Amino acid sequence: MTKKIVITGIGATSPLGGTAADSWSALLAGESGTSPLDHEWVARTQLPVTFAAQARVPSIDVLTRHETKRLDPSSQFALIAGREAWADAGSPEADPERLAVDWATGIGGVWTLLDAWDTLRERGPRRVLPMTVPMLMPNGPGAAIGMDLHARAGITTVVSACASSTESLVNAYNRLQAGLADIVIAGGSEAAIHPLPIASFAAMQALSKRNDDPATASRPYDITRDGFVLGEGAAALVVETEEHAKARGARIYAELLGGAVTSDAYHITAPDPEGTAAARAMITAIKNAGASLADVSHINAHATSTPVGDIAEYNALRRVFGDLLDGIPVSATKASTGHLLGGAGAIEALFTVLALAERMAPPTINLLNQDPSIPLDVVTMPRTLPSGDLLAISNSFGFGGHNAVVAFRSI
Amino acid sequence: MALSTEEVLTGLAELINDETGISADTVEMGKSFTDDLDIDSISMMTIVVNAEEKFDVKIPDEEVKNLKSVGDAVDFIVKAQV
Repeated sequence: MTKKIVITGIGATSPLGGTAADSWSALLAGESGTSPLDHEWVARTQLPVTFAAQARVPSIDVLTRHETKRLDPSSQFALIAGREAWADAGSPEADPERLAVDWATGIGGVWTLLDAWDTLRERGPRRVLPMTVPMLMPNGPGAAIGMDLHARAGITTVVSACASSTESLVNAYNRLQAGLADIVIAGGSEAAIHPLPIASFAAMQALSKRNDDPATASRPYDITRDGFVLGEGAAALVVETEEHAKARGARIYAELLGGAVTSDAYHITAPDPEGTAAARAMITAIKNAGASLADVSHINAHATSTPVGDIAEYNALRRVFGDLLDGIPVSATKASTGHLLGGAGAIEALFTVLALAERMAPPTINLLNQDPSIPLDVVTMPRTLPSGDLLAISNSFGFGGHNAVVAFRSI
Repeated sequence: MALSTEEVLTGLAELINDETGISADTVEMGKSFTDDLDIDSISMMTIVVNAEEKFDVKIPDEEVKNLKSVGDAVDFIVKAQV
């Protein structure tokens, strides 16, 4: 029998704020999390892109100094978001053997890896710190949360580029449905604002180069969009069986209806222009939710602000929803947050959950001239969603041809 | 100029605090790294690497297992400076 699965806690540290609530209110206020990078390495490495969406609250302001020393920045973000979500869920008295973590990252501990490489080359092997491997490994962020909250039912990390943390939510749902845990902390984190990923993403023409106007650089669906803005941070959701949540009197934000994962097997970075597999992920997620297309009342799109990606997703959406699409408000929140890569799906799922809980679709900023080949009902100012049962989906797609979609229902 | 026992103790306590969060003023000469301060082997090696840098000394890997107490480490570093 299918169990009801619910969201009982949220946490985030993002370019919009140091908590989920602060990130949400900055999003509704139409703020941009993007700003110029003022690190010395920007000029030294002659980067073609000199801005990013950096975490608004530095981790060192939240964690102890020795926590920051033993954790890669991606794990620091994870720990901050995970702890907040857990506290938000009421710090449940959970059986550790029934508590799991489904985490995600796109790149892992890239700062640790590259710093250690510099140390090795410049100062020799004796100066490479013993914590280097546990800090750089991609499962480090999930392990940091799991250790902190004593999760002993399993800690799993998905690595599927920008689809990672949507996939981690699907995994959390499946883990709970399979009866392998009562509570899962799910989400993702990324801390890749480092010259190497910037240079590499820029080399593939994926990043916006709007150095003269960073705050409006991320502009999904705009005719002048020229690439994504690299972001960083983490978001965590406490996912729980309704039975367990109700037994402890937990507050419930929304119901997680599961989701779907498919793969293009088309090109390592370019999305399939037909959007066949992306469409199948959406259709399957809605079908798995026991819903019909007409039930979908809000979409948080992947929409990274790349010329090719936004239109490919639109094609997939049109393929799925047909004329129904014209009546569905779509939010592209990367306009404000930038692209958190492995954390993107989680923060967008968090925003989708809050959109349902507060019946308010968040705005898509920086949309001045909507691309005529993408005729979507884009939410540009916060928009009240109707009363009654609401169903929303959040899309994520990643290099490697990964497509992941999650579906939520209002309470 | 070589540092005194007192100065090395203070410096080492800072490194231990940095790595483990253990309050620097609880790091005393008689304390055992494992039994009293609960420092695991990976933290111990981190402290050794950082101590080599900070005090400009060499602490060979085979010597580390002999450094059971804070005092053992401080004495070793003081002698190694010369």
